[in-house]
Amino acid sequence: MRSTATRGDVILRHRRAVFSPGGIAVQVILAAGALTMVLPFIWMLSTSFKPPAEVISWPPRFIPLHPTVKNYVDAMKAAPFFRFFINSFLVSGISTLSILLTSSFSGFLFAKYRFPGRDIIFIAILATAMVPFQSYMIPFYLFMRDLGWLSTYQGLVAPLLIMSFGIFFMRQNILSIPDELMDAARIDGCSEFGIYTKIILPLSKAALSALSIFAFRNAWSDFIWPLLITNDINLYTMELGLGMFQHRFTVDYGCITAGSVISVAPILVVFAVFRRNIIEGITLTGLKG
Amino acid sequence: MKSEYAARPSGGRSTSTSRSARASRRQLKLYLFCYLGLLPTILLFVILRVRPLFSTLQLSFYNWNMIKPIKPFVGFDNYRALLKDDLFLLSLRNTTLFAFGTVIMTAVLSLALASALSGRRKMSAFYQVVYFIPVVTPMVPVSIIWKWIYDPGYGLLNYILSFFGIEPVGWLTYPNLALFSIIVMCIWKALGYNMVMFLVGLKAISRQYYEAAAIDGASGWKSFRYITLPLLKPIILYVLVTSTIDAFNVFTPVYVMTTGSQGAPGNAVRTLVYNMYEDGFRYFKMGYASAQAAVLLLIVLVLTVLQFAFLRHEDTSSQGP
Repeated sequence: MRSTATRGDVILRHRRAVFSPGGIAVQVILAAGALTMVLPFIWMLSTSFKPPAEVISWPPRFIPLHPTVKNYVDAMKAAPFFRFFINSFLVSGISTLSILLTSSFSGFLFAKYRFPGRDIIFIAILATAMVPFQSYMIPFYLFMRDLGWLSTYQGLVAPLLIMSFGIFFMRQNILSIPDELMDAARIDGCSEFGIYTKIILPLSKAALSALSIFAFRNAWSDFIWPLLITNDINLYTMELGLGMFQHRFTVDYGCITAGSVISVAPILVVFAVFRRNIIEGITLTGLKG
Repeated sequence: MKSEYAARPSGGRSTSTSRSARASRRQLKLYLFCYLGLLPTILLFVILRVRPLFSTLQLSFYNWNMIKPIKPFVGFDNYRALLKDDLFLLSLRNTTLFAFGTVIMTAVLSLALASALSGRRKMSAFYQVVYFIPVVTPMVPVSIIWKWIYDPGYGLLNYILSFFGIEPVGWLTYPNLALFSIIVMCIWKALGYNMVMFLVGLKAISRQYYEAAAIDGASGWKSFRYITLPLLKPIILYVLVTSTIDAFNVFTPVYVMTTGSQGAPGNAVRTLVYNMYEDGFRYFKMGYASAQAAVLLLIVLVLTVLQFAFLRHEDTSSQGP
């Protein structure tokens, strides 16, 4: 009796909290935080439509007096943003595909089979999951140079072909697939590889899609490696292209923000459509690990 | 224990040699399947991870400018030189300040936000999306926007502060302020990620704990301290470890924000990776830069171990008498 009454009390108190003075303060803080999250983007968008004189007018206005698309025309003329986009898409796409393949298949083998050396190999791979690329990028650069892969797509994508963490992540997910399903398939004459394609892959769709979002974003936001390996503007990824672009137009903020909008817009559109999947892909991939 | 297929006793108690031979042939075939299947991954792993890692350590003992074919072995000279290199020590200081500043502030703020949002389903869904916008935006455009916000002459921040009667500030031009400004930007960018992580963790904590605590008269701060924090520890641990490692490798915002006349003075925000990039790829001191990479690796390792040890220690002490 007593406990149910208290439980009711707790829930009531919880409901009321939204309208209490403390609750209102929380609301105000959350809303102010949300505004802080969005304001820089609005400011970027607003600047990108301003003619030069308005960019450096004081006080600044959020809605341009004489909106213009000239900054966009100039930006597109000054740098091949479409090309950057395609390059980023290619590099991220190939990286993601390779990571999905290697992670899911080796994750499957690590999770479902026992063979000599399995645990040692697995731990060795896992141990490098925390190691940052920056700590071995110099030999990697020299290695690419020796192969003659500087300023090539192969060179650009090489460090992104595997992800130790992805292997670990897929293994954890595949562990939860019941062995009985595999045994049943074996009785039906399914080969071991067939088990991978017909049972494991379809059953780990959720994990694969989370990992692909994680890997794609990872590759897309890479900056230091493209900076090291490419001199050729035709191979610049979006991140590097935009970085070099702002290098050249250091103070022309109308043009620079237009370039930034061009590079950010596709990402934000994709985020607007797949927001739940993307949030889960980026956060859950970490948590399952 | 999960039963693994290949691990089962082959053939049971059968003594027939042909049966056990067939079984062991099958076992061998399975091993072959596993090793062949792992081969591409292991090869890539060795070529793309293990070998470069060992080369870093190896190169750090040589003095090499990339142009000359001779590579004199210099032992620990590169490491010794690092201890007297003012720019390296400055980068080490800046990076440490940056890492602890961003990681701690982001964790505290996002934990507060997550606690405020937990249990409010609809609101939470909306705010998660809004706070996640900076997370999905890559670092280069983010740095560009913030550089413009921090602009001493026409920036948005100085404009907003002018309402409170604050004189224009050169956010990126004063050495200590520049580092602080980059920290604020990185907190802004990482807040949403941390917040969602903590929200996931909070959701997993059963309501019953709080109800039981309420009966015992513990609520508010007490229930947060004795229920939320301990149960959230695994996620806090994960977030702290990964974001500290990321923070120690910070490069992109520094690279973007130090360019141009309106940018931050290079040395004020010089970080380890930036210093390594300059030494390696501007001055071609490959051995010297590799020694820095090895130091970075060591820092990352020590941090990971320390954080795990620290949280484990906390765990046992809170469960004690």
